[in-house]
Amino acid sequence: MEWIDIAVTLIKIVVLTFMVLLPMIAYSVWAERRVAAKIQNRVGPNRSGIPFTKIGLAGLGQPIADGLKFIFKEDFTPAHVRTGFFWLAPALTMVPALMTCAVIPFGSELNIAGYKVPLVIADLNVGPLFIFAIASLSVYGIVLAGWASNSKYPFLGGVRSTSQMISYEISLGLSIVPIIMIFGELNLTEIVKWQDSNGWLLLPLWGEGLSMQGWLLWIPVVISFVIFTVSMFAETNRLPFDLPECETELVAGYHTEYSSMKFALFFLGEYAAMIIGSGLAVTLFLGGWSLPFGIGSDLVDKPLWLGIAHFFSFIIKMVGFILFFIWVRWSLPRFRYDQLMRLGWVFFFEIALANVFLTAFILLFFNNR
Amino acid sequence: MAIVVKRPKLTFGEKIYLSSIFKGMMITMGHFWRALLGKGTVTMQYPEEKWDENLPEYYRGAPALVTDEQDRERCVACQLCEFICPPRAITIIPEEIPSDDKWAKVEKRPQQFEIDMIRCIYCGLCQEVCPEQAIFLRKDYAITGTSREEMVHDKSRLYEIGGVREGLVNKWNELK
Ligand code: SF4
Ligand code: SF4
Repeated sequence: MEWIDIAVTLIKIVVLTFMVLLPMIAYSVWAERRVAAKIQNRVGPNRSGIPFTKIGLAGLGQPIADGLKFIFKEDFTPAHVRTGFFWLAPALTMVPALMTCAVIPFGSELNIAGYKVPLVIADLNVGPLFIFAIASLSVYGIVLAGWASNSKYPFLGGVRSTSQMISYEISLGLSIVPIIMIFGELNLTEIVKWQDSNGWLLLPLWGEGLSMQGWLLWIPVVISFVIFTVSMFAETNRLPFDLPECETELVAGYHTEYSSMKFALFFLGEYAAMIIGSGLAVTLFLGGWSLPFGIGSDLVDKPLWLGIAHFFSFIIKMVGFILFFIWVRWSLPRFRYDQLMRLGWVFFFEIALANVFLTAFILLFFNNR
Repeated sequence: MAIVVKRPKLTFGEKIYLSSIFKGMMITMGHFWRALLGKGTVTMQYPEEKWDENLPEYYRGAPALVTDEQDRERCVACQLCEFICPPRAITIIPEEIPSDDKWAKVEKRPQQFEIDMIRCIYCGLCQEVCPEQAIFLRKDYAITGTSREEMVHDKSRLYEIGGVREGLVNKWNELK
């Protein structure tokens, strides 16, 4: 590796995590509040704009104001907690979410004066596996928070979260298997490139997707997509699966004892996980950064404008998915805990398993390659 | 004869909830678009928009003392309101009205009358219990202060908010 590669990687880390991901986290909180307000015929935060003026900018200053507020609040540690774990837990929810963004391809490549910069921090050959391995670490954050808080509601929240995340991890992993079988590939960049020329998995409308096999594969893909999305909701503790923190039963669940920035880390970690989940779903099912109908997919040397278009295509798809997350949250009621477990173990696990065999069957008997 | 209530038979579609989930999501989506087009939003932008003209007659705002048409303070310092006030917001120190006063026959009046507006819960019990109709809940609701002392309304402040109320009880009024 030459020094320029190392420098470019460092720049990519800084730009993609701190200038793309973190603002997206902050503004998805804003979007959540605005959309929720609209759904409930309210207005939502619409005032904090430019300080000391009356310019509201539709409340776009709200995340910054919130952040400042969190930083200046008293960081209170109750006397009955186990301090070491209590401090470790918030970091453990935020860090894995940020780490997983390393393998998400945010765009194809930027051709800057002949030097091609692929818009992915680490082009690993085990993309989805890496994401699952790291993302499932965040359950430790929640468990530790519940356990170290040393009081009953956080403890219950932590216990619920553990069983929920372990149960849904299985269907999440299994729902990916058919997709990986179709691609025959674990590198997320290659997966997107394949979809670029052969049609998105959910929209096989061009390239090789337009074949008997492509159309038949659509059935297992849709099943996978549904299971993947629902499990994603469960994994990120979003409503309708927010049992670890349901306000009405457990006060605030595992983060009841937390205050100021430590609480904010839990809060933002959840959004970060949601964004990464959306990114992964878009990458696997909706063609990642590729433009629809294979536009520009036959160009080997991608010009700069195409790279930028790819980047924005990815961001737009991701924002759409995040809005879907928000829409679901403010529409559906919460599951009961036994229903949640039943859904995970009795339905999704079996369906995902059967889906693997269905995909294998189609791949074997309708082979057109 | 016992009435047998028939259990509704759910169809398969109803049992798996999917149709109702879809319907619910369409409802929220409808609300979202309507709100986005600026229709149906019920929020008022508070300091700029106020609801003051629409406050109902029975609105319960800040409690205040009133004087009658002859400028006599109606309160006779019976302290009933002090004792009924659930959060103990009212403190009264009564005094005797000196015999050379025009209203000496009323005998008692408050020397000090304080309502702690941090404590008051705007329940209206003081107004209800007062035998002299001397204390009323007005429509003022924006009561703010920068210190605790400022939030305690003393007698002069209470009369200032309350003003004059005419023609209620006339038992001390010799003209009637
Ligand atoms: S309104 Fe209720 S709380 Fe307030 S002063 Fe009167 S009795 Fe007390
Ligand atoms: S305000 Fe009414 S109830 Fe209270 S002390 Fe005066 S006369 Fe009595």
